[in-house]
Amino acid sequence: MDQLEKHSYDVLIIGAGGSGLRAAIAAHEAGLRVAIICKSLFGKAHTVMAEGGVAAAMGNRNPHDNWRVHFRDTMRGGKFLNNWRMAELHAKESPDRVWELETYGALFDRTKDGKISQRNFGGHEYPRLAHVGDRTGLELIRTMQQKIVSLQQDDARRAGMPSGAHDGRLKVFAELTVTELLLTPSGAVSGAFGYWRETGRFVVFKAPAVIIATGGIGKSFKVTSNSWECTGDGMGLALRAGSTLLNMEFVQFHPTGMVWPPSVKGILVTEGVRGDGGVLRNSEGKRFMFDYVPDVFRAQYAETEDEADRWYDDPDHNKRTPDLLPRDEVARAINAEVKAGRGSPHGGVFLDIASRLPKDEILRRLPSMTHQFKELADVDITAEPMEVGPTCHYVMGGIEVDADTAAAARVPGLFSCGEAAGGMHGSNRLGGNSLSDLLVFGRRAGEGAAAYVKALQGSYPVVPQVQVNECMQTALAPLERADGESPYVVHQELQQVMNDLVGIIRRADEIQHALDVLEKLNERSRHLAASGPRDFNPGWHLALDLRNMLLIAECIARAALLREESRGGHTRDDYPAMSEEWRKVNLICSLSADGRSVEVVKQEMPPMRGDLMALFSVEELKKYFTPEELQHLPAEDRTDVERKVEVS
Amino acid sequence: MAQGHFRVWRGNAEGGDLVDYDVEVNEGEVVLDVIHRLQATQAGDLAVRWNCKAGKCGSCSAEINGRPRLMCMTRMSVFAPGETVTVTPMRTFPVMKDLVTDVSYNYAKAQEVPAFAPPPGLAPGEYRMAQEDVARSQEFRKCIECFLCQNVCHVIRDHEENKQAYSGPRFLMRIAELDMHPLDSLDRKRSAQDDHGLGYCNITKCCTEVCPEGIKITDNGLIPLKERVVDRKFDPLGVLKQKLTRR
Amino acid sequence: MTRAASPSLTAGRATIPARTLRTDRWWQAPLITAVLLTLWVAYATVRVFTQRAYFVERYHYLSPFTSPCVTASCPSAARDLGTWLPHFPPFLPFGVLFLPFLLGFRVTCYYYRRAYYRAFWQSPPACAVAEPHGKYSGETRFPLIIQNLHRYFFGAAVLLSLVNTWDAIRAFQGKTGGIGLGLGTLIMVANVVLLWAYTVSCHSCRHIVGGRLRSFSRHPIRYRAWTFVSKLNAKHMQLAWTTLATLLITDGYIALVSAGVFGDLRIYN
Repeated sequence: MDQLEKHSYDVLIIGAGGSGLRAAIAAHEAGLRVAIICKSLFGKAHTVMAEGGVAAAMGNRNPHDNWRVHFRDTMRGGKFLNNWRMAELHAKESPDRVWELETYGALFDRTKDGKISQRNFGGHEYPRLAHVGDRTGLELIRTMQQKIVSLQQDDARRAGMPSGAHDGRLKVFAELTVTELLLTPSGAVSGAFGYWRETGRFVVFKAPAVIIATGGIGKSFKVTSNSWECTGDGMGLALRAGSTLLNMEFVQFHPTGMVWPPSVKGILVTEGVRGDGGVLRNSEGKRFMFDYVPDVFRAQYAETEDEADRWYDDPDHNKRTPDLLPRDEVARAINAEVKAGRGSPHGGVFLDIASRLPKDEILRRLPSMTHQFKELADVDITAEPMEVGPTCHYVMGGIEVDADTAAAARVPGLFSCGEAAGGMHGSNRLGGNSLSDLLVFGRRAGEGAAAYVKALQGSYPVVPQVQVNECMQTALAPLERADGESPYVVHQELQQVMNDLVGIIRRADEIQHALDVLEKLNERSRHLAASGPRDFNPGWHLALDLRNMLLIAECIARAALLREESRGGHTRDDYPAMSEEWRKVNLICSLSADGRSVEVVKQEMPPMRGDLMALFSVEELKKYFTPEELQHLPAEDRTDVERKVEVS
Repeated sequence: MAQGHFRVWRGNAEGGDLVDYDVEVNEGEVVLDVIHRLQATQAGDLAVRWNCKAGKCGSCSAEINGRPRLMCMTRMSVFAPGETVTVTPMRTFPVMKDLVTDVSYNYAKAQEVPAFAPPPGLAPGEYRMAQEDVARSQEFRKCIECFLCQNVCHVIRDHEENKQAYSGPRFLMRIAELDMHPLDSLDRKRSAQDDHGLGYCNITKCCTEVCPEGIKITDNGLIPLKERVVDRKFDPLGVLKQKLTRR
Repeated sequence: MTRAASPSLTAGRATIPARTLRTDRWWQAPLITAVLLTLWVAYATVRVFTQRAYFVERYHYLSPFTSPCVTASCPSAARDLGTWLPHFPPFLPFGVLFLPFLLGFRVTCYYYRRAYYRAFWQSPPACAVAEPHGKYSGETRFPLIIQNLHRYFFGAAVLLSLVNTWDAIRAFQGKTGGIGLGLGTLIMVANVVLLWAYTVSCHSCRHIVGGRLRSFSRHPIRYRAWTFVSKLNAKHMQLAWTTLATLLITDGYIALVSAGVFGDLRIYN
């Protein structure tokens, strides 16, 4: 065994995307020593891919907007399966989090009176998404990256250095993968074990609090908008550490991913295209979304093309276009059109902005989309329609956390935020709500972890050497096997089975089949072999990541099999309706006793607070809740003043 | 489906060489797809950095037939049929393994640029900026930090010894961005010249030529910054005016 | 010129001995630049030193290479600005009075700097092609630090453009006096219009009219001026080459007419 590199910090943050960086800022501001672990280079996290914007009810474009409206939209989008406390905190705090970014140096697009401009997006009643063209995620990550540097410069000044940065209290470990969390005998967090991707050398971090901010799981699916990093590492770590995952069956398929050429299949086409006037058409040129407005949304969406078109300029007197229905609805509609033989030549549908906006305007509003299609598909979106289709984009499920502190279930010292954490988005996430989620709960996780660490009053747990030795053996195993399975092959088969059998439309027999296949893949994954040395060896890296991907895939499949209804990002062909009974139920996934498999159990959701219930009309609540859940509602609470204002 | 001929630099800091591969190439693919196929079929340990594969993260920078480019944005159709495609790591930075280089120089330089200094007394939510005032800096914030501009800049590409004194186009542009930020409260002109080596730039524009985001680094960033430095340091009238107004 | 150790052999970098792996004709652009600039300078030098056939008195065509004419050596009709100096000795062209400013404007121009640094000094000859110098200090020291005074040459260029404008107006002189129009007039007008475009599109000009401001919204007029100059500025390279051509054409045409090789093509009077 080689020499171990060891570090000791107060808070260890795994993941340097938006939520991880925001958590780091918060923990550092609380006065703690913080390490950020980054699987790729600093500033490359998947957050850069977010395009449309960050949702925050600042009311800059429409003064009627406020947190209550945002809360309602979020709950509706998630079909009332959201952790309502998270949705409440999120709606209340996101404006402050966005304004804060400006003090870090972010430059959002502006309104005429110099405020932050906000754009329309699917499921949001008012223009709500603060944005920078169509590269908002990049702005977010760069802003926080630069804020981290700024804090390091402050530390340098405090340390008496004339210039430059000091990273003694806030350090970024780039290109390092964590393979296991380390625990005390009582099951609390004591640190983490990982390896430098560049050298393959092992590192042990000692830390009483760990924040998991590792993002999503998209790489378990074949067609995905996610990068190689999104392998569900954090969820795997949490499971193996004894924590639980929530509602993993809810996977969002973004309705508009590129479909051609094959090598770019899945790359995201921002919802901003539709927010700015783009419309979906089938091969007959028909705007088919008008045929797919579900009953629960009937009241909020336009019925004719004329009204939909008027809405862009006069949203107060017209209803919005169904092209901007929540993502799950649009993805299913596209799926249905393609199945009915009305798809585009490469198996998608058409997204047309060229005939809707002048060329200059498209170039101004959607520069990176224009660039992406020009460079990757030879399509000029200012002149011709794009071809788009659903792509695996986001997982609503994730680590089960406490809404206020972001503490993960069952493991003291473990926290989680961002896409890795579950609950906030219910069964379906609205566009723009992920970037605000990162900021709101990133900060809360940082503060939650800081409070936890301070309460320990310096009695930090120790790292048991025996655990470290085990971690090393597990990590080195693929390199030591002379011949075994190729991780690339196993990965491809995993992606294929998830895409085909646990994808956008699901059926019991198919999911069962997928579970059988997964079991075999699981078995094969115990014999993975990676050739070559330890330094920057992608085959080896993939072999280690596969453990997490397989575990998470099983969670998704088991939960999907159990939930016998269709809701948001979980559509069962054999149970096409939404069920009031299932609305009350969270599915909780944990590692089985032998550690080789996962178990999924039902858990009742705590009832929503009365004042939050009162934000909805009884008519609407009836569509989601059981009569027993509604019987305690006082009749008058349901028509609050605000609703009247909006309708007028 | 066709057969492509690739030459990829394999090695590490101790040494290495170009290695030949024959590999399948399909319609619509980019260079990174082919590199991935090499990994999956012939060279499982071929090191390459990549993330988004959509030209948004700036990870997969390399040199393709000698030209600094993103592998994910270089379509195979730009090469003539039968043309050998040579892929090498960025030259300006120390190599770690194969196509992966040590780009820590850039992160060190980033730490030397003083951060945005918000105006004192302005609370969050009170920021008011006109679109025309943020537009210039917004162009520079499109930067995805692929470091191709840093790699191509001859000041450090051909002269390792200049790395100390010169921050490179990416970070000079960052200084320009902050100096043009409507609410930044620092004056960064003198330091651009004295601490970050703006004078080394001889505006030969290779940074602009290779920028995958199409940022006009030279015309909109470095030259305007040079002119701002002239105001402070070289223009006798400007210096005089500065002295008078400071009183 | 000392040849540097191949930069790729610098410690830690990938060992790639080739100066460049570019497979395209990267040497073409700098070569063309070098040839064209050399030819132009040669032509201009010959014309300035021979001091012949630069004025067509009949139509008042004065070559931009010799304008303004303010020494007693000039024909009196060409001395619109008066006679400031006595006769120059024949070896000293009176162009030396103002040409250095024009030349200085172009030599310190941000575009030409790029062009000659690449084409002549090979620093670098093309992107990702190693330069042949052992050391490099860029524009940090004398003499290249003088490049920073480009704005003063810009000021001089504006004054000279005014003079050229006057020359173009004077070129509307008919052969019988009064107003006339010939091909020469059109050439001179086109030349001066493009000269203005080149001058105004200058990066220093862009800075002065508005680029130096932190806030555009508080200076709407300067913002509009900046926007206009920025649009022209994007064409600075094209204008730099076009005006080299029009200067040459203007001077050459006047030379040929003045030497009687052919007469001016008259459109009116």
